[in-house]
Amino acid sequence: MKASQIFAAALLLSVNTAVQADDITAPTTDFSKPERYEKYPGGATTHTKKLNRDSFSHPAANMSFERESDFQVGNGFFKRLWVSAPASTQAGDGLGPLYNARSCQRCHLKDGRGHPPNGPQDNAVSMFLRLSIPPQNDEDRRRLREHRLNVIPEPTYGTQLQDFAIQGHAAEGHMHIAYKEVPVELADGTVVHLRRPTYSVTDLGYGPLHPDTMLSPRVAPQMIGLGLLEAIDERDILAQADPEDKDGNGISGRPNRVWCAEDNKPMLGRFGWKAGKPSVNEQSQGAFAGDVGISVPLHPAGSGECTEREEACRKAPDGNSPQYDNLEASREITDLVAFYARNLAVPARRDYDDPEVLAGKRLFYRTGCIQCHTPKYVTREDSIGPEQSHQLIWPYTDLLLHDMGEGLADHRPEGEASGREWRTAPLWGIGLTPVVNGHSYYLHDGRARSLLEAILWHGGEAQAQRAAVVKLSEAERKQLVRFVASL
Amino acid sequence: MNKAFSLVVLFGLSGQLWAAPSEKDVLRHYADLAHAKYEDSLTTARALRKAVDRLIATPTEANLAEARGAWRAARVPYQQTEVYRFGNAIVDDWEGRVNAWPLDEGLIDYVDTGYGAESDQNPYYAANVIANPRLVLSGRTIDASTISKELLADELQEVDHIEANVATGYHAIEFLLWGQDLNGTGPGAGHRPASDFDPRRCTGGNCDRRAAYLKVATDLLVSDLQWMTDQWAKDGAARRSLLDGDPKDGIAAILTGMGSLSYGELAGQRMKLGLMLHDPEEEHDCFSDNTHWSYYYDALGIRDAYTGAYTRIDGTELNGPSPSDLVVATDPAADKGLRDRLDITLAKMQGLVDSAEKRGVAFDQLIGEGNEAGNAQVMAAINALLAQTKAIEKVVAALGLEAIAFEGSDSPDAPEKVFY
Repeated sequence: MKASQIFAAALLLSVNTAVQADDITAPTTDFSKPERYEKYPGGATTHTKKLNRDSFSHPAANMSFERESDFQVGNGFFKRLWVSAPASTQAGDGLGPLYNARSCQRCHLKDGRGHPPNGPQDNAVSMFLRLSIPPQNDEDRRRLREHRLNVIPEPTYGTQLQDFAIQGHAAEGHMHIAYKEVPVELADGTVVHLRRPTYSVTDLGYGPLHPDTMLSPRVAPQMIGLGLLEAIDERDILAQADPEDKDGNGISGRPNRVWCAEDNKPMLGRFGWKAGKPSVNEQSQGAFAGDVGISVPLHPAGSGECTEREEACRKAPDGNSPQYDNLEASREITDLVAFYARNLAVPARRDYDDPEVLAGKRLFYRTGCIQCHTPKYVTREDSIGPEQSHQLIWPYTDLLLHDMGEGLADHRPEGEASGREWRTAPLWGIGLTPVVNGHSYYLHDGRARSLLEAILWHGGEAQAQRAAVVKLSEAERKQLVRFVASL
Repeated sequence: MNKAFSLVVLFGLSGQLWAAPSEKDVLRHYADLAHAKYEDSLTTARALRKAVDRLIATPTEANLAEARGAWRAARVPYQQTEVYRFGNAIVDDWEGRVNAWPLDEGLIDYVDTGYGAESDQNPYYAANVIANPRLVLSGRTIDASTISKELLADELQEVDHIEANVATGYHAIEFLLWGQDLNGTGPGAGHRPASDFDPRRCTGGNCDRRAAYLKVATDLLVSDLQWMTDQWAKDGAARRSLLDGDPKDGIAAILTGMGSLSYGELAGQRMKLGLMLHDPEEEHDCFSDNTHWSYYYDALGIRDAYTGAYTRIDGTELNGPSPSDLVVATDPAADKGLRDRLDITLAKMQGLVDSAEKRGVAFDQLIGEGNEAGNAQVMAAINALLAQTKAIEKVVAALGLEAIAFEGSDSPDAPEKVFY
């Protein structure tokens, strides 16, 4: 339902600009009671609707009725099943030829978090493998150095493995996962099992992979609050960067720099597991092209991610139609989908004032988790949409890259991100994953089966924090996990 | 003479002289109308169940036609309840069980070969529960040997968290009664033969399971509507949450339901998307081609929520204290503005109805590519909904509800959510 919606603008007139955002965003030291507004992690966009499977699918609560139409039409395109060309409907064809999913929602299940397959027979996955090779020549190195490319594509298969193809074409292959259980003993003697995955590709459809191919598994991330992350002032993110670890706390924090095709220059990367995309629009257009094989303004080829070596795929009929800007999804459509993606509301927190949760919050702050999982920001006033403007938000991320240790390393660099670095994931809404998605698989490849397992996978720069968690008593661990689950 | 004159004046002005009803009175009547509408939905769903029973017992074309007629009749009161969504969390939470749309019908029954050529991330896309008593999908086995309420509502509805896996509600029943509409943007609805339900001279295979599915889905619709009717009865949870809270929140809830249904849901998801795609699948009642009536009754429900009116299925007219009465007392111009807009929208929806019923051009044809006049007619209805939405916002302002947080118990501090 509408919160102050139509009226947010009116309320903003009373904004006291003398209030220094710095004071408001400084981490609290008082854990005796909740902080003001912390119940609403997305500020006025936060929704307070009933908690159920739809909890990640509501529009920003302060959105006007008029803009709800764009949100719902965007949602329609997000759910839309694309078909292969030629089809009776010019506006809905162009799938593939290679694809991972026929619609956005097929991987972003309920706008929530994807998951790894339930065993080898399960191809209903919301996860895929990214592919690339090390630079092969000076030209490759130049393009990486100038941030024109984040990776050098695998010569045949491109930058991701599409595990489906339209009729008459071969899928590129299938992701294979082997898990090995690894016991971890905590200080109090409790043993937690982690599952360590190994990835490979089977059923290759277009010949062998380049011998130096690097694989990186990715589950579809949750969609909430993306417009708010986009509205964080770049300076607030860069101010946290400490690439040389000058403060000597063992934590660096590096911004990714990635090519912004819209502005034709490098920009701060914010989205994706390694912050490989600069904006919601570029992220969603990239997904249209790479995941669904739909041409969009930034990726106009009707053959999607087919490479030159996938010749038949390049020659297949496409759905580019003159009346839709010679694209399969015109600018109008990609704008609507980006609008939808920007405006999925973060749900209000649960139990934020519970003494156990507050005790967990204290542990989260005291053990230093907030050194990367930055609690709060005030967003820019000149955000893309009025909904995100000048909001106090609580995403618990610095949007920077951190070395997470050998355990999590994918050994596949992306832009400035090394093979051991990952972007700090936002934590808002994470506790609702079981409600929305019916599972509790976390991290970039869903290997963690609980929040505690996810914490225990942290290494590298987070080694000290992990060690602090290992030392906690059982009661304290429960408090810490309850706090994270309340976000 | 003078006396008579002043009496006329008094009567003439009586509307303004009478005190506006209290907000509580308006909410009570709004809840009464909800109860009447859900009760009518329940009554017509029971009639549908009877018709389905007759169809299953004697699968003739005549009985199938009657079941289809009963389904159409059941949509009349139900669509008028849709304005209770968005504003009332309890309705929103429940609504997907009865009116989820769009659906991948291949989950339920056989489909045309043109439907399922592409493999997909949704293995249930063409699972065909009616033909398969045992489903092994996504690495797990579902025992579908008995088609039960639990199988449909708890196992298959939104299975694998894919929204298009719709196993229950009006549109699942609609698909079973009509079958796929394979006419594209040409005229005609689905053409399922009655023999699809006849185990003795079965067409389409598995007629006993198809009949069982139809029966269970209809039973489920009846029990779901019974449940929602109870929520609006005396002491029902939906009525209580509305009447026990701050009355201003309640009035805001009425207007939120009107606004969100008008523009986001109806104009956006259900009309503009179809118009942009020119895709006959993108209509609300795509198997039966009943979409024009669904949209008409949505619009009527929105108008009635504002004016406090409802004509029951037995013809009884209900009237009572309304949001309109509250607005008249503070801003008659805003009231008239909205009433005019609601009437214009309804006239546009009547135009869609006339197109389908009198000229045989249904909604899926109006949105067809190259049908410029049809496209323009749909666009005009969308624009009417936009104008109506703006008029609703004026009414929100007239009632001083700007600072009301429209949801739940946290409302008093909600304006502070805006950082300042």
